[in-house]
Amino acid sequence: MQHTRRKHTTLAASAALAVAGVSVLGACSSDDGSGSSDGASGDAAGGTYTWWDPYPQHDGSSDWEARVQACGEDAGVTIERTAYDTTALTNQALLSAQEGTSPDVILIDNPAVSTLADTGMLTTVEEFGLDTSAIDQNLLDAGVVDGSAYGIPIGANTLSLYYNADVLSDAGVDPASITDWDSLTAALEQVTGAGHKGITFAGIGTEEGSFQFLPWFWGAGADLTDLSSPEAVEALELWTTWLDEGYAPNTVINNSQNTVWEEFLTGDFAFAENGTWQVNSAAEAEFETGIVQLPGKDGGVAPAPTGGEFIVAPVQEDTARYDVTNQIVECMTTPEGFVETANTFAYYIPPTSEGQEALLEENPDLEPWVEAVQNAKGRTSDGLGTDYPLISEALWTAVQNALSGAATPAEALETAQSEAESATS
Amino acid sequence: MTSIPADVGSRDGSRGAAGTTPAAPPARRRRRTLSSSQWAAVGFAAPLLVYLVLFYAYPLWRNIDLSVHDYTIRAFVQGDAEFVGLQNYVEVFGSSTFPTALWNTFVFTFGSIAFQFTIGLALAVFFRSSFRLSNTLRAMFLVPWLLPLIVSASTWAWMLNSENGIVNSVITAFGGEQINWLTSPDTALISVTIANIWLGIPFNLVILYSGLQNIPGEVYEAASLDGAGAWRQFWSITFPLLRPVSAITILLGLIYTLKVVDVIWVMTTGGPGDASTTLAIWSYREAFGTGQPDFSPAAAVGNLLIVIALVFGFLHLRLQNRQEATS
Repeated sequence: MQHTRRKHTTLAASAALAVAGVSVLGACSSDDGSGSSDGASGDAAGGTYTWWDPYPQHDGSSDWEARVQACGEDAGVTIERTAYDTTALTNQALLSAQEGTSPDVILIDNPAVSTLADTGMLTTVEEFGLDTSAIDQNLLDAGVVDGSAYGIPIGANTLSLYYNADVLSDAGVDPASITDWDSLTAALEQVTGAGHKGITFAGIGTEEGSFQFLPWFWGAGADLTDLSSPEAVEALELWTTWLDEGYAPNTVINNSQNTVWEEFLTGDFAFAENGTWQVNSAAEAEFETGIVQLPGKDGGVAPAPTGGEFIVAPVQEDTARYDVTNQIVECMTTPEGFVETANTFAYYIPPTSEGQEALLEENPDLEPWVEAVQNAKGRTSDGLGTDYPLISEALWTAVQNALSGAATPAEALETAQSEAESATS
Repeated sequence: MTSIPADVGSRDGSRGAAGTTPAAPPARRRRRTLSSSQWAAVGFAAPLLVYLVLFYAYPLWRNIDLSVHDYTIRAFVQGDAEFVGLQNYVEVFGSSTFPTALWNTFVFTFGSIAFQFTIGLALAVFFRSSFRLSNTLRAMFLVPWLLPLIVSASTWAWMLNSENGIVNSVITAFGGEQINWLTSPDTALISVTIANIWLGIPFNLVILYSGLQNIPGEVYEAASLDGAGAWRQFWSITFPLLRPVSAITILLGLIYTLKVVDVIWVMTTGGPGDASTTLAIWSYREAFGTGQPDFSPAAAVGNLLIVIALVFGFLHLRLQNRQEATS
């Protein structure tokens, strides 16, 4: 009897645990706020400011932690940093806003900015008196809702096409020849003909799947407001053809971006679609690597989606805290600050042209990445805002259905468009 | 389960006793004389009651509350969600995912249970006859239970990988064709079910094995004297005498399997498309799997699952009552 009871309510009980856990967290952060007035530590006049970011891989002894603390010291306060993984961070931010215990600063993945802004929990950059005129418009756009910017990108990353130089030279392919879809497909044919594997990418049924598909989608000239356009179908057909011809492995349907990279590092694959964050790993690979820009259908560089975090300041009850928060945000967003962040992470391109020039002076190898970021496009831009996550879910489902053969590309996208329409209406 | 109503009832009883109720039953009269210890009893039960309210009643109420409001993200933060009655349920039932998810839940649950139980029972009977290393072997069969789910699910995902998986390399080595276990809509559900069967066998093995210990050896001796072979012994002795334990094992397995999220999520995230999406996966995906949490439909699907589990729970209770009545 006890057993059954336990089974019934396990769902509910785990939900309760989650709620309890969150309220404990909330209590901590509010304690930090009130504790600061006691000035118990005595070393700083300003007290403790809370900071959340999605970098759990950088622990308390990391360069990143030191960088964050340095910004706190400059402002005369201690920063208490908590790291969550990306998805958990959005949920935590929403829950803390509900409890009225938001942290002072959050670094958050750019598509989530409009979601958080929509709840009214974020201050606008204008209210904060920060200048965003130097920030590249295509990067800033991801954080703009109804004409107001709700955050500043601290850096940007995007996707590009890594290649294995050994495989390409073995198959006699010149990477410079890859300028459009046809030349890429021809290169894949040549590579697989020489006994190697062609290309790997991530088609998993999560945001990563949409993220990886978008360069091809946009590169065909398609638009997120019309998923079933002929251009969109062409983009999806490109991917399904690669699978059908054996240029891409069937596993791409379940591949996350990490898995893609692991496959590429085996040395079998000629190409892998992946991001700026793998630059260091690529340099350490056992074979020579390089990148080419993701080609548009008829040539040129396809717009890849921008990745990277925005620094946002949630609304606080105690508005007196804003002054210090402002100093912390400014510390992260000066040109020197951008370059320092880029160097700390080794994979962030500064979002201002001044910052990009400074970075290239130190590290000329990143030139193609700077170009890619300049061509990149925010997923939530074009006024999509909070509609984007809904459209994206429909899109990745279509990609999955087409790649797995459950539907033709045209059928899959037709369904996706009607799903997206009913979800966003 | 019975302890809760009893506590509540006794509290009412003591209140009634304080009033002027003359026709109190004997039990109640005895309680009146013990009213201080009655309060002590309530005091001792209080932590349990608080625990039940906090961790059982409140989350359940909250889940229902979420499902009858339209909790957009904005409403979630500002706490002003519009009351929409059963609209979330209507949308869930009307969604194109619903029939797929319901069917997948059915196939996944019953497929898992059928094989887990059969294999578990076969192994339990096998290990009943002690032989050398039987204890060691039996302990090894518990490994799936001891491994963290993320480890076993990832391992299964690797083994079933289309290109580099060991399963496919065996199949192709024997001249078969590559099967896209996790990436084809025809086999994704089967693959996650196979992994789940493997995970559930130890549970069935342990419970059925302990059930077998309760069957007296003399029954088998008598049967073999009468000339019953192993097969006959199984169907005429083991199976009928094991029926009470079997019923409980299957019902617990059902309720447990209904709400499996982790194995499927790690192996296929419910894909490709909706091919391996069960109700539990659907609920999880709505709430946490996309960039925009949709708590209301997720809670509605979650409540559906609770109702289904409840139905089986009551079935379990009924069966148990009937067994107690007959024994």
